[in-house]
Amino acid sequence: MAELLRHLSARDLAPAPRGGEAWNVIEQPSQSFWWDAWRRLRQNRMAMAGLVTIVILAAAAVFGPALSPYTYDYQQLDLHDQPPSAAHWFGTDMLGRDLFTRVLFGARISLAVGILASLVALGIGVIYGAVAGFYGGQVDNVMMRIVDVIYGLPFLLYVILLMVVLGPGLQNVFLALGAVYWTGMARIVRAEILSLKEREFVMAARTLGVPPRRLLLRHLIPNAVGPIIVTLTLLVPEAIFSEAFLSYLGLGVRAPIASWGVLVADGYKAIRAAPWEVIFPALFISITMLAFGFLGDGLRDALDPRMRNR
Amino acid sequence: MARYITGRLVSSLLTLWVIVTLTFVLMHAVPGGPFDTEKALPQAILDNLNKRYHLDWPLWRQYLYYLWNLAHFDFGPSFKHIGQSVNEIIAQGFRVSATLGGMAIAVALIGGVLAGVVAALRQGGWVDHVVMTFASVGLAVPSFVVATVLVYLLAYHLKVLPAGLWGTPAQAVMPVISLSLGPMAVIARYVRTSMVEVLRQDFITTARAKGLPRRTITYVHALKNAILPVITYMGPLTAGVLTGSFVIEQIFAIPGMGREFVLSITDRDYTAIMGTTVFYSVLLIVANLLVDLVYAWVDPRIRVAKGASD
Repeated sequence: MAELLRHLSARDLAPAPRGGEAWNVIEQPSQSFWWDAWRRLRQNRMAMAGLVTIVILAAAAVFGPALSPYTYDYQQLDLHDQPPSAAHWFGTDMLGRDLFTRVLFGARISLAVGILASLVALGIGVIYGAVAGFYGGQVDNVMMRIVDVIYGLPFLLYVILLMVVLGPGLQNVFLALGAVYWTGMARIVRAEILSLKEREFVMAARTLGVPPRRLLLRHLIPNAVGPIIVTLTLLVPEAIFSEAFLSYLGLGVRAPIASWGVLVADGYKAIRAAPWEVIFPALFISITMLAFGFLGDGLRDALDPRMRNR
Repeated sequence: MARYITGRLVSSLLTLWVIVTLTFVLMHAVPGGPFDTEKALPQAILDNLNKRYHLDWPLWRQYLYYLWNLAHFDFGPSFKHIGQSVNEIIAQGFRVSATLGGMAIAVALIGGVLAGVVAALRQGGWVDHVVMTFASVGLAVPSFVVATVLVYLLAYHLKVLPAGLWGTPAQAVMPVISLSLGPMAVIARYVRTSMVEVLRQDFITTARAKGLPRRTITYVHALKNAILPVITYMGPLTAGVLTGSFVIEQIFAIPGMGREFVLSITDRDYTAIMGTTVFYSVLLIVANLLVDLVYAWVDPRIRVAKGASD
C-alpha cells in the first residue's frame, strides 16, 4: 500500500475535467480479429518461413513449367539418366526427360491434389458438421455415430480400395481422398457450432427472427472459420502425402503426368546409378510437408489460442 | 465399467459390419470380373468358374454367404493363386508383418518417450530444440522417403546393411527405422507437452520437497501421468504402422501382408483384397478397443465422461 501511495501524486486524485470526456476516446484503431491473427502469425518465424515457402512453391508450380525450355513429357532418349548440369538443373530421368521441369510439374499435381482433396473434405465436412451441431439431439446423435464408424476405418486402406474401384487418375485421387478425409473436419465444425449456438449473439439473431438456414450460413459458420482454416491447412499436407503414397503403389495419377510420389517411385528404381532422380522429388515432398506443418501450427496458435499445444 | 465395455463392443461390431459391407460393395462395383484375361475364356469354363466361386448366385446371397464364412473366420479361396485360400496368404504374410510392425511400434514408443522426457527436462535448452526440430522433420518426411535415403546411404554408399529381403536382424534395421521415425516424432511431441505440464504440478514439488531422488520423480511420478496421451495415440500408431508397411515392405521386398495386399490389388485378386482389408480392419478395431479399455482403466475420469456423453 505504501508502495502504491508513493507513486501517486495529488494530480492523480483530482476530479476529471467536466464536459470534455477526452479520456473516453479510443486512440488506437480497433483491431479486427483477422488483423490480430495476422500480427500473431507474423511473430511466428517458423510459420512465416512455411508461408513463404508455400507461396514460392505455388508460384513455381503455376509459372515454372511454362518458363522451362522443356516440357514434362519431352523425351531425349540419348540423354537419359544425366546428372545435374547447367542444361538440366536436376538431371534427366531414364527416358531423358528434364527432371527440373518434371519436379515443377509434379508440384502442380501434388499441390492441386492436396488443395482440391482438402476442399472436397471441407465441403462435405463443414455442411455435415454444421447441420449435426446446429440441430443437436437425435439428429446429432445419429450423424455423429456414422462419423465415429467411418473414423474407425483404416483411412488409407479405404482410399486404396476406392482407387481400385474408381481406377487411377487425377480427379479420382482427390475424390477418394476427400471422401475419406471429411470426417475430421465434420467433428471440428460440429464441436465449434455446438458451443457457438449457446452464445448471446445467436440468441439475439433468433429473437430477431433470423431463419435457421441464414443463422447457420451467415452467423454460425463464419464464426467457426478459424478452426476450419487450421484443419484445412493441416489436411493439405496429409492429402499430398497420401497421394504420394498412392502413386508409389501405382494407384495415383497416370503416366506421363507425374506427381512427386510417381517421381520418387520411378527414381527409386535407378537409385544406384542416378540417385538425383529420387533425391530431388523426395526433397520437395519433405519441404512442402514441413512448410504446411509449420504454417498449420502457426495458424492454430494465431487463430485459436485455446488450441495451443494440442 | 461393464456398461462402458458393452457399449464399446457393440460399436466395434457395428464398425466391423460396416467395413465388411462396404468392402463387399466396393469390390463388386469394380468394373470387370475376376476372370477377365487377355484371351477370352470359353463360356463353359467361365460358367464353371463362376459356379465354383458362387459368382452365379444373386448378389444378396453371395453377401450372406460371405458374412457366414467370415463369422467362421473363413476368407474364402484366392481368385488368382489357384488352390490357395486367402487364410493361408494372410497367415504367411502376417507373421512377417507382425514382427516388423511390433518392432517398429516398440522402437517408436521407447525412442519417442525417451526423447520427449529428455526434451521436457531441459525445456528451452539446446537438447530441447534439437529434439523438437528432429520431431518436426520426422513428422514431415514420409516413410518411403526415409527408406529411400537410408537405402542410398547405408546400403549403396556405405554398404553396411543389405538393401532388402527379410530374415536376418541386419535386414530388419532399415525397415524398422523407416516405419518408426514418423510415429516416434509424434510420441516425442506428445510426451514433451504433457511432461512439461505435469512437472509444473504441486505433487511433483511435494515429491521433491520430501527428498525423493530426481530419477524416481521423473520416471515414476511424472512419467506415469505424462504418458496418458501416448495411450490414446496407440490406435492411430497401429494404423500408421500397418498402412506404412504397404510401401515399406514393397521397397525392401519383405514378404509380408502389406506386400501381399499391394500384389492382390495389382492382380485384381478380389477375395484376397477383401480378406486382407477385413483382416486389417479387425486388427485396427481390436487395437482401438484395447486402447480405449486401457485408457478407461488407467484414467477413471474418461470412463465417467464417456459414459455420460454416450
